[in-house]
Amino acid sequence: MSEPNALTRPFVTPEGVDLELELAAASERMTAFLIDVVIITVAMVAFTLALLFVARLTGFRSAEAMVVLWVLGAFVLRCFYFVFFEQSARAATPGKRLLGLRVVMRDGSPLSLDAVFARNAMRELEIFVPILFMASQANQVQAAAEIAALVWCGVFVFFPVFNRDRLRIGDMVAGTWVVHAPKRVMEPDIASQSGGRAITFTREQLDVYGIKELAVLEEVLRKRDPDVMRAVAARIRAKIGYPDGDPDEAFLLAFYAALRKHLESRLLLGKRKRDKYDR
Amino acid sequence: MNEAPLTLKSHRFRMEREADWRRLEEILDLVETGKRRELTDSEIIALPVLYRSALSSLSMARAISLDQSLISYLSSLATRAYFCVYGTRMHLMHRIARFFARDWPATVFGLWRETAVAGALVLAGVLAGFLFTQASPDWFYSFLPDGMTQGREPGATTAYLRQTLFEQHGPSGLAFFASILFSHNAQIAILAFALGFACGLPTAYLLFENGLSLGALLAVYADHGLGVDFMGWILIHGVTELFAVILAGAAGFRLGWTLVFPGEETRAVALARAGRTAAVVMIGVVVMLFCAGLLEGIARQLITNTLARYGIAALTAVVWFGFFYAYRGGRRVGA
Repeated sequence: MSEPNALTRPFVTPEGVDLELELAAASERMTAFLIDVVIITVAMVAFTLALLFVARLTGFRSAEAMVVLWVLGAFVLRCFYFVFFEQSARAATPGKRLLGLRVVMRDGSPLSLDAVFARNAMRELEIFVPILFMASQANQVQAAAEIAALVWCGVFVFFPVFNRDRLRIGDMVAGTWVVHAPKRVMEPDIASQSGGRAITFTREQLDVYGIKELAVLEEVLRKRDPDVMRAVAARIRAKIGYPDGDPDEAFLLAFYAALRKHLESRLLLGKRKRDKYDR
Repeated sequence: MNEAPLTLKSHRFRMEREADWRRLEEILDLVETGKRRELTDSEIIALPVLYRSALSSLSMARAISLDQSLISYLSSLATRAYFCVYGTRMHLMHRIARFFARDWPATVFGLWRETAVAGALVLAGVLAGFLFTQASPDWFYSFLPDGMTQGREPGATTAYLRQTLFEQHGPSGLAFFASILFSHNAQIAILAFALGFACGLPTAYLLFENGLSLGALLAVYADHGLGVDFMGWILIHGVTELFAVILAGAAGFRLGWTLVFPGEETRAVALARAGRTAAVVMIGVVVMLFCAGLLEGIARQLITNTLARYGIAALTAVVWFGFFYAYRGGRRVGA
């Protein structure tokens, strides 16, 4: 059970199981957006070059058709890149996919095309209008108005930072939010890896730690950094009064397996020992 | 305390269910990469069952297992499966058909109040632009930015103005013209919609301004006795284009109005509903503007008879009004 943090939201399926969705942080949203902008830019350049190439091959007789294609292509790319990817089965643009995010209706219903369109049409307000204002040349008289306009735009641009659910205006209008839905691979169970010489612990030694420490130990064992393992092993030995001698990794694996067995059997009896302070 | 670690109950639980999880994962991989069609019948039948078993595994694992990586794996698997099972949507073609047959006309009809207000604003803009420019031609330059007019100004000669209306174009260059007009107008319409979020005021301004420049131009042409011809030149595509712009404004007003007066529901819920309603209209607006771009870029340049232009304008008016306000196929009861 992951630590509940400020961005975890209950999301109960019709079967009654809470999926505990975790909202994407504003920084992740921004990163995903920048990746998408880069992709759009690269696609635009490639598209332009391809059209130029075709126009050149045909001796510029098809120049007009190419220009028409370019104008329509640019429009489609700018307005429908996000819509196209978000209405697909993954409900995420390539940028969001890279960060393991997806767009979800806040009420759990299927993501509809109109919602996707609504949330992306609002980008005009969030991105295009501010750029328009920044690009416009201000003279002395208009400076105050320009500053007021920038503040006004700022409200839209920084909207996600100022609400609990990290909603941008598009999310508000479409009833969506963006959550983590990463693809995870199943890692081997490290409790099954301890072997060889049996290392045993007493009940008192296992009573020292709780679930939180077990999770930290699991992380250490998955990373397998020798220095960290040595330090952690030394720490545990000192704490539970276990003599030195076994190799660090074997000791930690055995301790992990024993501790997990101990805590899990207590869990079955209804006692969830959160951490070492939980008595 | 010295039993082999393999006897961990949570480990046995994992060993027994692992095959099902892997199978579900394979199906999800196929669906998420858009290869839904490659699923066999037995896989399609298995999907909901595997989904439910993954959910129960997740609940179980949370209760009995302290293997963090297993719990996060199951949680990710169950989440992916949920969206796969409950996110299933209609086929795209089916959705498009339903959009045109039902959703779009019904939604536009439901937005008639906002549409009337937006239309009145444009009309007021036209009137104001016309009257001000007629009273004093200097106003013209306040309504239309320099460089946009291409010499269609109060001081221009009648012959020149006539030529701008009836200039014959060959077919070359028209598609280019149409595509530019379409993408520009669509961008403006989407902006007008998005600005609705700012309580609708910038949307109102955009609509009124649009009317102003039209009215100012009309005054210039009317001054030379070309008013009727000018309206033909505008309306052949303008019926479609102005209607689309008005609908975009109406969609924006719906947003702004709901933001300020959410009614019985919470603001968030009301806004989400209004946003999706408005989005349906906006998808249609893009389609309308595409038609308008074709009419303006191609039909107007090829048809130079004022009467024929009015004919086409009337035809488009009948089509759009009939589709939105008289066609009952899609209208939900009480909508």
